[in-house]
Amino acid sequence: MSNLSLIVVLLVLLALGYQFGTRRSRSIATVNPNLRMHSRPHHYGMMVGLWAVLPAFFILLLWLWLSPAVINAMMISALPTDISAQSTEQLRVVTQRINNLANNFGVVADAAPWELQAAEHFRQLKANSALVLTALIAVIAAVGMLFGLLKITPALKARHQVERVVKSLLVLCSTVAILTTIGIVLSMVGETLKFFSYIPPTEFFFGTTWNPRFSTVGVGEQGSFGLVPLLAGTMMISAIAMLVAIPLGLMVAVYLAEYAPYRLRNIAKPAIEVLAGIPTIVYGFFALVTVGPFLRDLGNTFGLTISATSALTAGVVMGIMIIPFISSLSDDIITQVPKTMRDGSLGLGATKSETIIKVVLPAALPGIVGAVLLAASRAIGETMIVVLAAGNSPALTANPFEAVSTVTVTIVNQLTGDNDFSSPQSLVAFALGLTLFVITLLLNVMALVIVRKYREQYE
Amino acid sequence: MTNIAPLKIRAKDVKVFYGDNEALHGISMDVYQNEVISFIGPSGCGKSTFLRCMNRMNDTIENCRVTGSIALDGRDVYEPSLDVVQLRAQVGMVFQKPNPFPKSIYENIAYGPRLHGLAERKADLDDIVESSLRRAGLWNEVKDRLDQPGTGLSGGQQQRLCIARSIAVSPEVILMDEPCSALDPIATSIIEELIDELKQNFTIVIVTHNMQQAARVSDRTAFFHLGNLIEIGNTNDVFTNPQQKRTEDYITGRYG
Repeated sequence: MSNLSLIVVLLVLLALGYQFGTRRSRSIATVNPNLRMHSRPHHYGMMVGLWAVLPAFFILLLWLWLSPAVINAMMISALPTDISAQSTEQLRVVTQRINNLANNFGVVADAAPWELQAAEHFRQLKANSALVLTALIAVIAAVGMLFGLLKITPALKARHQVERVVKSLLVLCSTVAILTTIGIVLSMVGETLKFFSYIPPTEFFFGTTWNPRFSTVGVGEQGSFGLVPLLAGTMMISAIAMLVAIPLGLMVAVYLAEYAPYRLRNIAKPAIEVLAGIPTIVYGFFALVTVGPFLRDLGNTFGLTISATSALTAGVVMGIMIIPFISSLSDDIITQVPKTMRDGSLGLGATKSETIIKVVLPAALPGIVGAVLLAASRAIGETMIVVLAAGNSPALTANPFEAVSTVTVTIVNQLTGDNDFSSPQSLVAFALGLTLFVITLLLNVMALVIVRKYREQYE
Repeated sequence: MTNIAPLKIRAKDVKVFYGDNEALHGISMDVYQNEVISFIGPSGCGKSTFLRCMNRMNDTIENCRVTGSIALDGRDVYEPSLDVVQLRAQVGMVFQKPNPFPKSIYENIAYGPRLHGLAERKADLDDIVESSLRRAGLWNEVKDRLDQPGTGLSGGQQQRLCIARSIAVSPEVILMDEPCSALDPIATSIIEELIDELKQNFTIVIVTHNMQQAARVSDRTAFFHLGNLIEIGNTNDVFTNPQQKRTEDYITGRYG
């Protein structure tokens, strides 16, 4: 039986075990009316189902993990001695050929008789393995179910057992999420360390020139990998974005939370949140086609030279994109400031605006700072807008009207096209990604700490 | 309490509507200077609503409408030319739940005087803070930690802080909306003593659920029921010899 159908069978067994367990616990309860069952019938049912399935499932996983290696070894040991005595490298080629033959994939050149024989042997081994596995699973599941059924007594704390299993399942799920993050970091750390074996970290972190050349030039002709111009570009664009988004977002939040009539708020808030749902590539078009030329023309009328693709263009459009992050979160936080606080201020003869500025906003400030930091980390990691609108010119400049490049754009550039993943030109992308990750992680942690502190204030 | 004291507030046929729902059905009453008048009655009888009409705190509630007139020193507080900010400086308010601002004790008191420009120099402000805290009986407890957050005080202290805060803007009337309902008996008795002292300088209107409290602190008592003013009179008379059957039923605990 295939592994998938085995899993289906296990699920059926789970349901069966549940049924049997429920029935048995009920019948025990009716036979001994004086004894109170510790748990409800469905707990016993679930326990029996789990006993039927869990041990069998672990055996299945173990088998799937170990059996390929065992089968391989058995197949190789059956090969003619002159072939099995070859080096591991050659053996791998041989194994691959046999594998292909066994799966009817076809191989280069005609297969030798011993190869066909080995392939047949391999197929046989695999079929046997599946057969043994099926039998094993069936036995273990049956024994497990029987064991579970026999365990049922009024004193058995089935609920505790079931809940323990459910709890471990929940733990497992959250572990997956955390392990993924750790996995991402580790994979980047590995590549980053490889990169640092070509370029010393000091040159990367403090170098002021970004000119990686192409990997085809060869290792002898390495370019310069200075992070500073990219980071400066990222920071400049993010700063412009925040300059746009913080005032606009905050004022939107104050209006929505304090002044807007209830009905308008219910319409306006989701409408503003739509901004966050627009794909960033669309913002990129918008910046490239509309905002950039507009800013350039606007600059012309004032006698300023503004490139159509510049830090300003990207920053302004990015700022518009993150308005909802600030306005929505701040609005929630401002609304959470208790009404009694406002009443206290109004009752002292403060006007509405005085109340908002002197009482409501200070009370909401930690939360607002948290919202701003979350928006900032979003801005720093943003890619598509800057790819299209920032001009991709990795030069160190303090002039926001000029084209710049950012960390994210550079990652895109270094990883698109033909890549040699062992060249510093490609590996630098991982170092850049890790740097970015660390920066946004720090911002997020800061934001979370601040928001959490704020939460405790009114409880 | 005699009725010779000058008139402070005169309410005439005050009706309050929440949307189409009439919550107060024409309340008329007089409040005299330097008296403590308490409003009693079962929940939802309109006593808090009426209280909040006196400094127009009902303005903050959407679709709330008030008709009739409430005159403070002869001037209608609902007349369009009146500045509600000035009104609230004259008629202060203490709320059911202590609601100090999340600022320092000093800043909590200084907030009102700063808004109204009552102090020109830092020293003046310091004086106002000290005298307000003294009058609220809180000075000795907090004088060494004026820079600590007001939210760190105990419930009773917070409520006295709120009273000090409203005293600091020198109001003429202080409205108290169940000021002790969130406090323990000891904190309550401290506040009650305080009310007795504050009477010297302020007119105090207090809403309370606690009839013993009304009997202890107030000169006159008004009994509200279902949006109507049933009876108003000297506290002693209302509690010992009520004129209305409904007042008697409520006071003797037959309902409410």
